Amino acid sequence: MEKVLLRDGEITLHTRERSNKWQMYINIKGTDVFVRKSTGTSNLDDAAQIATNYYDKLKANASTASNSATGVIGWIDERLPILSFVRDHLTNYYAPKNFNFWYFFGSLAFLILFLQIFTGIFLAMHYKPDAKLAFDSVEFIMRDVNLGWLIRYMHSTGASAFFVVVYLHMFRALMYGSFKKPRELIWLFGVFIYLALMAEAFMGYLLPWGQMSYWGAQVIINLFTTIPFIGPELGVWIRGDFAISDPTLTRFFALHIVAVPMVILLLVILHLAALHTVGSNNPDGVEIKKHKDENGIPLDGVPFHPYYTVKDFVGIGVFLFLFSLTVFFMPEMGGYFLEHANFIPANPLVTPEHIAPVWYFTPFYSILRAIPDPAFGALAMLLSIVVLFFLPWIDKNPIKSIRYRSMLFRVNLFVFVTGFLILGYLGVKAPTPLYSALALRFSEMYFIFFALLFFYSKSRGSFYSFFYSGIIISLITLYDITRINLENYIMVIIGLAFVCAFVLFMTISPLYTNLNREKEVPERVT
Amino acid sequence: MSSDNPDNSRRKFLSGSLTLVGGTGAAATLWPFLSSMAPSAKAKAAGAPVKVDISELKDGEKIDLIWRKKPIWVVKRTQKMLDSINTNETKHKDPLSENTEQQPNFAQNKFRSIRPEVLVLEGVCTHLGCNPAYNPDENNFFCACHGSKFDMAGKVSNGSPAGANLKVPPYRFENDNTIIVGEMPEKVDIDKV
Amino acid sequence: MKKNLIIIILLVVSTNSFAASQKSELAEKYKALNSITNKASLQRGAKYYVNYCSGCHSLKYMRMNTLANDLGIDEGIFSKNLIFANKKIGETMTIPMKEEDAIQWFGALPPDLSLTARSKGADYIYAKLNTYYEDDNSATGYNNIAYPNTSMPHILADLQGGQKLVLDSKNNPVSFSKTSEGSFSDDEYRQLTNDITNFLVYVSEPAKLKRQSIGFWVLMFLFIFTILAYYTKKEFWKDVH
Repeated sequence: MEKVLLRDGEITLHTRERSNKWQMYINIKGTDVFVRKSTGTSNLDDAAQIATNYYDKLKANASTASNSATGVIGWIDERLPILSFVRDHLTNYYAPKNFNFWYFFGSLAFLILFLQIFTGIFLAMHYKPDAKLAFDSVEFIMRDVNLGWLIRYMHSTGASAFFVVVYLHMFRALMYGSFKKPRELIWLFGVFIYLALMAEAFMGYLLPWGQMSYWGAQVIINLFTTIPFIGPELGVWIRGDFAISDPTLTRFFALHIVAVPMVILLLVILHLAALHTVGSNNPDGVEIKKHKDENGIPLDGVPFHPYYTVKDFVGIGVFLFLFSLTVFFMPEMGGYFLEHANFIPANPLVTPEHIAPVWYFTPFYSILRAIPDPAFGALAMLLSIVVLFFLPWIDKNPIKSIRYRSMLFRVNLFVFVTGFLILGYLGVKAPTPLYSALALRFSEMYFIFFALLFFYSKSRGSFYSFFYSGIIISLITLYDITRINLENYIMVIIGLAFVCAFVLFMTISPLYTNLNREKEVPERVT
Repeated sequence: MSSDNPDNSRRKFLSGSLTLVGGTGAAATLWPFLSSMAPSAKAKAAGAPVKVDISELKDGEKIDLIWRKKPIWVVKRTQKMLDSINTNETKHKDPLSENTEQQPNFAQNKFRSIRPEVLVLEGVCTHLGCNPAYNPDENNFFCACHGSKFDMAGKVSNGSPAGANLKVPPYRFENDNTIIVGEMPEKVDIDKV
Repeated sequence: MKKNLIIIILLVVSTNSFAASQKSELAEKYKALNSITNKASLQRGAKYYVNYCSGCHSLKYMRMNTLANDLGIDEGIFSKNLIFANKKIGETMTIPMKEEDAIQWFGALPPDLSLTARSKGADYIYAKLNTYYEDDNSATGYNNIAYPNTSMPHILADLQGGQKLVLDSKNNPVSFSKTSEGSFSDDEYRQLTNDITNFLVYVSEPAKLKRQSIGFWVLMFLFIFTILAYYTKKEFWKDVH
C-alpha cells in the first residue's frame, strides 16, 4: 500500500491491496467536506491531477457557500445543518444549463407567494372581518392607513399576478413534458397547489364585502348545492347561515389568512422537495443526470447558485417592473383585477347587472355555463380540473419536449391553449346564443385535448384510430341529439361539424400522412 | 466557477452593486409596511385637540375629558389648595418640576399651570398607569393601585412608588373660559398671565 | 336543489337581459373630460359639491383635512368656507340627514357618493348631470336619460335651464332642445358638471395622485435594477458553454 499527501494533507492518495487504482481521500479542514472515492486510474500523475481538480471544485463550493463554516455559523451547522441544507439546494443543486424564458415562472411564483403572505399580514392588521365593518375597513385601508392603498393594491394585483405566473408555469410543463416520469409527483403537488390557490383566491375575494364579492360567492357556493341529496344542507353548512352573511365572512377570513396559506406552504415545500430529488426537466426533455463527469456532476448542469439565482434576478426585475406598472398605474386593470361593482357594498337584495368571476376563474366558469343543467355543468367543471391530476398517466408518450414531438401534438397543444383563452374570454361576457354555442364547443375541445394526448402516447393502428375517433364523435353527437331543436339546429350542426372534422383529422391523418412523425431526441441538451 | 474566471473583478463589482441596489430596494419596500403601523388619519383625527368650556366650573371642582384616549383633568383650585402647594425639597421628589418630560415649558412654575387657579393634568399615574383619585378635602391625588400621592400641582410626594410628577399636557386658553387641550399656547397667552 | 337551479339560471339569464337593455346611446355621448391633476377644477368641483350636492349626498369616506391638503386649500380657509355645522377638519363628510326623512322626501336614501366614480364611472356622473329633461309624468318634473326614472330632482335646473327630449321616428331619444335659458351658458354648465365629476373622481380614490408619482420612481428604480441584473447575469454566464 502506497500513500501520497497533497495540498497540506487535505488530499490523501493511496492504493489498496485488492486494486492498483488510486483512491482519493479528501478532507477540507474547517468544513464538513469529507470524500472518499476512486480516481479510476493507476497512474499516479493522472490520479493526482484528478484529485486536485476535484479538490479545487469542492473547495470553491465550500468557500462560496460559507467561507468554510467556522465560528458561530459552524457551531450551529454542526447541530442544525441549515447551512449545508442551503448549500445542497443552491450551490450543489445542478440545474440543466439550457433553461429558457419559460423557466422563470417557478421562482416568480415563489416570490409572489412571499409577497402575498407579507402584504396579507399587514392588511389583516387593519381589516375587520365583520359584515357590518368589512367594506368600511377596506376603504379605511385605502384612505386612512398610511400607504395602505399601496399594500392593498399589491395584494390584489398579486392575486392576479399569481395566476398569470402559475398558468404560464403549467403551460411550460405541458410544452416540455415536465409532468412525465420521473416527475409525476411534482406535477401532482403542483395541481394541488393550483387547487389550493383557487380556494384561497375565492375566499379572499369575499372579504372586501362588495357586490361582486357577495354575488360571486353566492354563485360558487350554490354549485355545492347541486350535489345530489346532501347539496342543500352542505350549502347551508358552508355558509353557516341560510344565506351568505357574517358567519360566512368570518370563516372565509380564518381560512383565507391561516388554514389555506399553511396548506399552500406545505404543498410548495413538497413540490420543491420532489423537484430537488429527481432534478429539473429542461426544454430538450433529456435527463441531465444520465451524463455525469468523473465527479458525479451532470455534464449539462450548472450550479443553481450563482447561475440561476443571478438569471432569476433578471426575471424578477422584469416581473416587478410589470407588477409595479399595474399597482401604480392601473390597479383595476380595466375592471379585471378589481371589478367596478365591488366598490358598492354587498347588498343581498340587489343583484348586479352582470356577474362575472375574476378573470382567472373564467375558463372554468365557461365550462360550467356551457351545460345548461347546473348539476352536470358543475360536474363538467369539476372534471376539467380533476383531469389535470391524471395527466402523467394520460400522456405516456416517452418523448417529453415539444421540440421532438409531432406536428399533430403541437397543433393539439395550440388548439388547447387558444380554446382555454377563448373560454376565459367567454366567461367574462354575458352569454348570447353564439357565445354559449362557442363555450360548449371549446369545452368539448378542452376534454378532447386530453383524449388526443392519450391517443398520441404511441403509434396507433388504423382500426384503433377509427374506433377511437368514432367513440369521441358519437359521444359529442349523442349530446347534441338530446338538445337539438328547430331553433338551434343550424348552430348545432355547424359546431358539430367543426369538432368532428378536428377529431377525425387529428386521429386519422397519421395513417396517411407523416404529420405524426416525431423527431429523434438528442443524447445531450442542445 | 468564479475563481476560474479571468474577469473576476468585473464579476465581483457587478454582483456587489446588484446586491447593494437590490438590498436598497428591499429596504425601501419595507417603508410602506412600517409606516402603515403608525397612527392612521382616522386615529390622528380622533387625537385632535379637544375644547373644553370652564365657565361653569366651580371652585374645587374637577372635570374629566379624553384627549388621545387618555383622561385629562381640569381642576379649579381654591385658594386653600393653592396655599397647600409648596416647593419643599423634603416633601417632593421633584419640587421644582425640573423633569422637563413631565410638563411643557409654560408649566414649569410653582403651580405647574398657566393660570394659578386652573390645573390641567393627565390623570395617569407615573408609576404604572392607574388613574389616581381626587381628594379635595385632603388637597391631594391618591393612586390606590400602589399608594402614590400627588399634591394639588400634581407633584409626587416623597415615599411614593411613582418616580415623576403627573404630566401636564400641552394646552392653551382660547379665551377666558375655553381651554384647548393638545395645542401649545401662543406667546401672547403667556404674557397675559 | 330546484331553488338553486333557478338561482343559477336566473343569474345566467339576467346577465344577458340586463346588459342588453337600459343602455342609451344618447347617454353614451356624454364623456367627462377628467384630469385630477387639474387642481383649479378640483377646487371648483369641491365648492360646487358643497353648495349643490352635500345637502343630500354624503362623502362618508372623505376626510376633510385630506381633501384640503390634496387640493391645496389652506385648512383655515377650508374650515371657514366648506365645513358646515360644527364639524372638525379631521372628520369625514357625513351629512345629518336621517334615513327615515330621506325616504319620506325622495322615496330612497340619496346614495353616498364616495365611490360612485369607481363603481359607475365618471362618464355616468357627467351624463346624469347633463341629461335631465322635462317630463310631466315625473314627480319632480324631470326625467333622466343616464338614470331613467330617477327620484333625484334636477337640482341644477336653474343653472342649466330647461330642455326637452327629441325623439327620432322610432321613438329613440336622439338629442335635447332648449325650452328655457338657465343662469349658466351651455359651456359654463358643461364645465360646472365636469368639475363636479372631476371632484368625485378624486374623492373615489384620493391616493391616485400620490400613487402615480410614487410609481414613476419605483419604475425608474426597477429599470436600473433589471439592467444591472442583466449585465451581472451575462457576466456569470460567460463560462457556461
